Amino acid sequence: MPGITPSQTVGPFYAYGLTPNGEYAWNDAFTNNLLTPDVTGDKIRIEGVIYDGDGKVVPDAVLEIWQADAQGRFADPQDTRGLPNSSFRGFGRSGTTDAGEYSFDTVKPGAVPGHDGKPQAPHIVMAVFGRGMTMQSMTRIYFEDEAANASDAVMNLVPADRRATIIAKKTAPGVYRFDIHLQGDNETVFFDV
Amino acid sequence: MTLIYPVESNAAHAPRLSPGYKSTIKRAPQKQRILMPHTLSETTGPVYGHETVRPGDHDLTTMHAGEPLGERIIVHGTVMDEDGRGVPNTLVELWQANACGRYVHVWDQHPAPLDPNFTGAGRTVTDAAGNYKFVTIKPGAYPWGNHHNAWRPAHIHFSVFGHSFVSRLVTQMYFPNDPLFPFDPIFNSVTDEKARLRMVSDFDLDVTEPGWALAYRFNIVLRGRNATPTENH
Ligand SMILES: [Fe+2]
Repeated sequence: MPGITPSQTVGPFYAYGLTPNGEYAWNDAFTNNLLTPDVTGDKIRIEGVIYDGDGKVVPDAVLEIWQADAQGRFADPQDTRGLPNSSFRGFGRSGTTDAGEYSFDTVKPGAVPGHDGKPQAPHIVMAVFGRGMTMQSMTRIYFEDEAANASDAVMNLVPADRRATIIAKKTAPGVYRFDIHLQGDNETVFFDV
Repeated sequence: MTLIYPVESNAAHAPRLSPGYKSTIKRAPQKQRILMPHTLSETTGPVYGHETVRPGDHDLTTMHAGEPLGERIIVHGTVMDEDGRGVPNTLVELWQANACGRYVHVWDQHPAPLDPNFTGAGRTVTDAAGNYKFVTIKPGAYPWGNHHNAWRPAHIHFSVFGHSFVSRLVTQMYFPNDPLFPFDPIFNSVTDEKARLRMVSDFDLDVTEPGWALAYRFNIVLRGRNATPTENH
């Protein structure tokens, strides 16, 4: 058994490889727009800013999200439930701007089963990479307008006074705000997965 | 809590707070991470294959009008999981500095020349056995501001997906016997020596092409479902 290859930071210069976004002589494999022409469900934008332990914005982070479609189905054959689906892939990647901002255009995910077979509250899995981060930190984005949050098994593992850090706030129709704090009193909840 | 992908595998990684690498001090999360059961959200992951990768995307030496300067090399290997299985049809992305140690990134101010024939980004998909291959040029070492006279050993950044979102890996590949190893806090942020050396490629005479390019083998091991604890834990 060989043991896994350790992670190393993406460093400050990932952009031309991972998020060229028209600024470099390289094409994007992924963008922050997950929408496909045939996608169904509620189209949403998730936006936010990432902050370090001094409250300074982080202009060199990479955020990746993975989610089910609006019917709660993952675009991966390992999801064997065989629900109908569009060409929605459920994966997105965003760098951060000089102001530490990121955004994703996607659909609100449907409920997917948890480890106990009970439906989880709608959520998106997020990996946070960056300069000064030896490996990704994993969090979840929940939505403040979902009553199912209260009974979500993963949410209930989180101390009550920290849950707000992983619940996106609705700031306008179809727009949710999800800021990320790497440290401090409002440090975002990260999961050991 | 027994997890589908044993979380103990993560012991090979560097601590998030690695003070020798100064940028971790204000960016490493400090509160207790929440251990949670793996659900379908964690055990699935994006499936991207050949439609994401164009012919030639694996050859960083043929993307411009002329050939880049520097030492042409082949970098190849197998993406496998801890269970020893090759990971087929998985996306491998790569980015690196040019032969002079300069990145095309707009923030890179290292006073070394850019090469108009080298961007430094590539991608490929593993074959049915998990094998991948790139053609590129050997990147140069470059200075950085972490401490006085700080230099990064030559390295290539790799991004790999694997079977699920929890097997996702971003790492750096190094070259054998680099004299900068003892002085690099990023390389040494991985405190376990055996794990650290898994980031160092091997010179590969068998795959070296006579009269054309040296080859280096870099196998990449991702988390597996049935991993048993190994000696580095
Ligand atoms: Fe680098």
